Amino acid sequence: MYSFEPNEEQQMLVDAVGKYAANDLRPAAHEAEESRELPKKLIGKGWEIGLLQASTPEAYGGFGERSAVTGALAVEEMAFGDLAGAYAVMTPSLFATPILLAGSEEQKKQYLPEVVGGDWRPYTAALIEFAFDFDANALRTSATLDGGEYVLNGEKAYVPFAKGAEAILVYANLDGQTQGFIVPKDAAGLTVSEEREKLLGLNALPLYRVKLDGVKVPVSNRLGGEAGHDFEPILASMRVASASAALGVARASLEYATNYAKERQAFGVKIAQKQAVAFMLAEMATEIEAIRLLTWEAAWKLDTGKADAATEAYLAATGAADMAMMVTDRGVQVLGGHGYIREHPVEMFMRNGRGFAMLTGLAIV
Amino acid sequence: MTIEFEAPKPVVQMQTVLQTVAENMMRPVSREFDENEHSIPWSYIEFMHTAMKSMGGGNGLTPREDKPKEGAEKRPPIGYQLLAAQIEMLAWGDVGFYLITPGGGLGGAAVQAAGTPEQRAKFLARFAEEKPTYAAMCMTEAGAGSDTSAIRTKAVLDESTNEWVINGEKIFVTGGDKSFNAYEQLGKGFIVVWASIDPTAGRAGMRAFVVESGTPGVKVTKLEHKMGIRASDTAAISLVDARVPFDHILGSPTVEKTTTGFKGAMATFDATRPLVAASGIGVARAALEFLKEKLAENGVQIRYGLPRNKLTSVERDVIDMEIMVKSAWLMVLKAVWMADNKKPNALESSMSKVRAGDVTTKVTQKAVEILGPLGYSREFLLEKWFRDAKITDIYEGTGQINRLVVARQILGYSGSELR
Ligand SMILES: Cc1cc2nc3c(=O)[nH]c(=O)nc-3n(C[C@H](O)[C@H](O)[C@H](O)COP(=O)(O)OP(=O)(O)OC[C@H]3O[C@@H](n4cnc5c(N)ncnc54)[C@H](O)[C@@H]3O)c2cc1C
Repeated sequence: MYSFEPNEEQQMLVDAVGKYAANDLRPAAHEAEESRELPKKLIGKGWEIGLLQASTPEAYGGFGERSAVTGALAVEEMAFGDLAGAYAVMTPSLFATPILLAGSEEQKKQYLPEVVGGDWRPYTAALIEFAFDFDANALRTSATLDGGEYVLNGEKAYVPFAKGAEAILVYANLDGQTQGFIVPKDAAGLTVSEEREKLLGLNALPLYRVKLDGVKVPVSNRLGGEAGHDFEPILASMRVASASAALGVARASLEYATNYAKERQAFGVKIAQKQAVAFMLAEMATEIEAIRLLTWEAAWKLDTGKADAATEAYLAATGAADMAMMVTDRGVQVLGGHGYIREHPVEMFMRNGRGFAMLTGLAIV
Repeated sequence: MTIEFEAPKPVVQMQTVLQTVAENMMRPVSREFDENEHSIPWSYIEFMHTAMKSMGGGNGLTPREDKPKEGAEKRPPIGYQLLAAQIEMLAWGDVGFYLITPGGGLGGAAVQAAGTPEQRAKFLARFAEEKPTYAAMCMTEAGAGSDTSAIRTKAVLDESTNEWVINGEKIFVTGGDKSFNAYEQLGKGFIVVWASIDPTAGRAGMRAFVVESGTPGVKVTKLEHKMGIRASDTAAISLVDARVPFDHILGSPTVEKTTTGFKGAMATFDATRPLVAASGIGVARAALEFLKEKLAENGVQIRYGLPRNKLTSVERDVIDMEIMVKSAWLMVLKAVWMADNKKPNALESSMSKVRAGDVTTKVTQKAVEILGPLGYSREFLLEKWFRDAKITDIYEGTGQINRLVVARQILGYSGSELR
């Protein structure tokens, strides 16, 4: 069957996340971006909603099953509040979800209860590298097997909460394949930059460079154990998350611009009554809906194990990157000069909106 | 409810069957009927009529209340979903042919949406009869296109005979010829004519009338020559003192201070816009598949999964086109799924039409561009699809009119607040 409505359980979750996004994340977003800091309490409150916990089976300390569709809904809603805050709340998933998807039984038992069990703690992952032609399937960071251990060399960028992280899931190139390696915080040869990344957007989110200089990890720390894992479903899940986050940011921009356009007066009418403005809003809404359905379909294909799930996720993420740029650009345009002033959030949405083209790997469903 | 994208079995079966029809009955003669405008592909028409009847339909391309077999598990209705899938596949074959698939078409849809149960029974039964039969919808006039409230055609009740007397000139009637003129091969059709029963009442005075084929005073005065969809006849129809029985009016015969008459027309559009969108997407998919095929023949493979800045320009274009076509189709599916489940879908319906209008034109235009001299050549059907595609953004509400509908919906504005 075709069907386009979240089930009851999903709707409850969306409502819970939506409340947090509107009442907590959004009101804090401006101050967080300006001061480059997310309050710990804010992150903690988001963590307590239990997105990750609800997608981790009981055997590993959670209380549910993971669903990419549910994840997509939740990520959109969370990012609607604030992208930096959303990424912060969900950072532990970057570490835990790949283990859930591809980890060995031993890894699941060892790490999941610890991540999921208590308060929010900085478990994270490092995928992105600082190169214009960065390609998640052709990493520069290398892994080599040497005397029963893997040796990791290279540099990672945009690693959330790397400083003080309990453990980092580092992706590296092993014989041409992208593989994950669990690197504990005190590993020799691991250095986290003192300074945070300075970016066009996402200023509230603490992101770091991470150097791996001959970091050695035992074979059992390779994601999936000795046999390793397939990276494709992990990347696809990251792409679905990225597309969903893009939807949230775009929707935030559309909503703000729509409300503004119904208040702002020009030439004797509300600007929303002018077609040039109304058509921008109509096109923003249409574009968002188109990409949302594509993203949901990709998520559903991941959940049902369809053969073309990864391609669909790629298409959704690619389309979402353009959609987010187009929509958030127009969000500023609808507000005119006022949109350019930082008191209104639309310029931040626009700066955040640009990131989806290059920042796959900061969230996962 | 849930979120799910599994095509229902009847939809998949239908698509398989119709793909064969498209490949064998449409594509091989597409060019011929494009080049010989106003000639009629009878073999397609007769084949489709027989085929649809034998498949238990026989009502042409109209949504059916599907009755699940006894003992079968009850499932939600999928009439409009099935219809959208049919239309998409037929249009993939040839959208001009799709438009002359026998059945009620837009005229039947108007009766379905605005007629009483008695009227539906009376006017729609004919499509399941022996011969292929058509109906058409006449709204547009020379002075009234997007602004439907400007129609001048009038209907006056002659109380002595209890008949409506209609006068006016209609243009751009899809299927007007086959619905109104008598052909030996065809059953008796009708046209649905929009007219005002009270010109001072504006939209509140607008009503639709069923005018039977052959009604005296009604004449097809012209068949248009078009950029594309040439297999489909587009007629001008004049009505001079045309008389129709009292009960051929769809909706109330008196003018209330409301706009229910006009709302009847709009209700029709909510149902038909996603279907027109579906027809456009069929053309776009045909163009995209042809493009990929030609590229593959020439050794160009699309490397999905690569970062964009590592892709060639052609790969980027193709990937973008795929995103467009896929997402546009999903929007149609959502709009018709809402229709099937009786959810108000004015927003989704118009959004799907906006998107399809954009996507269909962009994709066909880009495909011609990418294939260069091959794209421009009449040796292939691609250039024809480029011409066929453009109508998607024009009829059933232009792209601009549907943007207005979408904007009013999201802003909560009325027609007078946002014109
Ligand atoms: C092949 C074909 C088949 C057709 N079939 C049928 C049919 O079966 N039955 C039928 O009744 N009609 C039919 N039509 C008519 C069709 O629906 C109209 O052509 C269409 O609605 C546009 O009207 P118009 O051509 O008068 O253009 P206009 O209304 O004059 O529009 C011209 C331009 O102005 C824009 N515009 C108009 N109003 C606004 C506004 N308020 N805001 C912003 N922009 C605006 C339009 O978008 C368009 O770009 C058909 C047309 C064609 C070409």
